[in-house]
Amino acid sequence: MVRRNVVGAHYGLVDWLAQRVTAVLMAAYAMVVAVALLQGAAADFVTWRSFMASGLMRFFSFVLVLALAWHAWVGVRDIWMDYVKPVSLRLALHVLTLFALIGSVGWALGILWRL
Amino acid sequence: MASRTLHFKIYRYDPDKDRKPYMQDISVEVDENDRKLLDALVKLKAKDDSLAFRRSCREGVCGSDAININGKNGLACLTDLSSFPEGKPIVLRPLPGLPVIRDLIVDMTQFFKQYHSIKPYLINHDPPPERERLQSPKDREELDGLYECILCACCSTSCPSFWWNPDKFVGPAGLLAAYRFIADTRDQATNERLDDLEDPYRLFRCHTIMNCVDVCPKGLNPTRAIGKIKALMVARAI
Ligand code: SF4
Ligand code: SF4
Ligand code: FES
Repeated sequence: MVRRNVVGAHYGLVDWLAQRVTAVLMAAYAMVVAVALLQGAAADFVTWRSFMASGLMRFFSFVLVLALAWHAWVGVRDIWMDYVKPVSLRLALHVLTLFALIGSVGWALGILWRL
Repeated sequence: MASRTLHFKIYRYDPDKDRKPYMQDISVEVDENDRKLLDALVKLKAKDDSLAFRRSCREGVCGSDAININGKNGLACLTDLSSFPEGKPIVLRPLPGLPVIRDLIVDMTQFFKQYHSIKPYLINHDPPPERERLQSPKDREELDGLYECILCACCSTSCPSFWWNPDKFVGPAGLLAAYRFIADTRDQATNERLDDLEDPYRLFRCHTIMNCVDVCPKGLNPTRAIGKIKALMVARAI
């Protein structure tokens, strides 16, 4: 492979848009939970658990976990792209980040569905 | 402003003589005819002619005297001497993020490479009309805030994304110029221009930090232009 400085991967728009959309989703979720907390949803373990176990909250929490993982993927990848120059090291970090995020999503869903 | 003494701390580096850069303490008398920082620099040069800096038009048109003034990029010829607080030394450094050639002079090759990469000229395949390609005043207005750029590099060299990836990220100046041609109704290469920029490095390294807007001596807003490029990409993809 010749040593040339290459750009032009022709992606990035979806990630940039996803970063914004997921941020809005997470802000909305935080607001819903904040309102619920103010209304005493976490008064004790049983109320908190029944709040989180409701169909609607499971739905929202599921979306939240996916949004969080996608948002984190774009953000962390940006950090690797900004600061890590060797391509092989960057690839390895990307893969590790993906593994960590996918694993965390599975773990979070396990907790959520056990409710 | 009566005559007064200004104290400077100036970044000095002559690769032929100095092993590494150092900060020089130097002061100079200025009088009421010296209004801008560039006036003081010219007097400094008369006092110590080994000091190297660029300047040409001395009125904010050529963009050659961009330097880092008390930590913020700007043009020496547009910076009022009266804006400096009394008694504190004025710290001058070369623009950050570019290789230093000597003292306050940086190598702008990378900056202009990025500028050229966006094809900063009108692309129109229709046969040229007899006199000129016309535009309605309203279409022409779209170019306000874009065409005024003097390529001083204050913005790109204050952008952290440009510091980390100067070889891959076009930078605010280049992206402002790119949008200047995308916005031009006489240009026929909008799609190709968007294709060229749709890239995780060339455009999407911009994280809307807005340092560029903060420093532009011409009051331009590269961040807004970058946002409009992104909005066009969304419009074309959705
Ligand atoms: S946008 Fe402003 S700061 Fe950037 S190069 Fe043009 S004139 Fe200079
Ligand atoms: S808004 Fe974008 S281009 Fe401007 S300084 Fe921030 S990252 Fe750089
Ligand atoms: S000398 Fe030309 S812009 Fe300052």
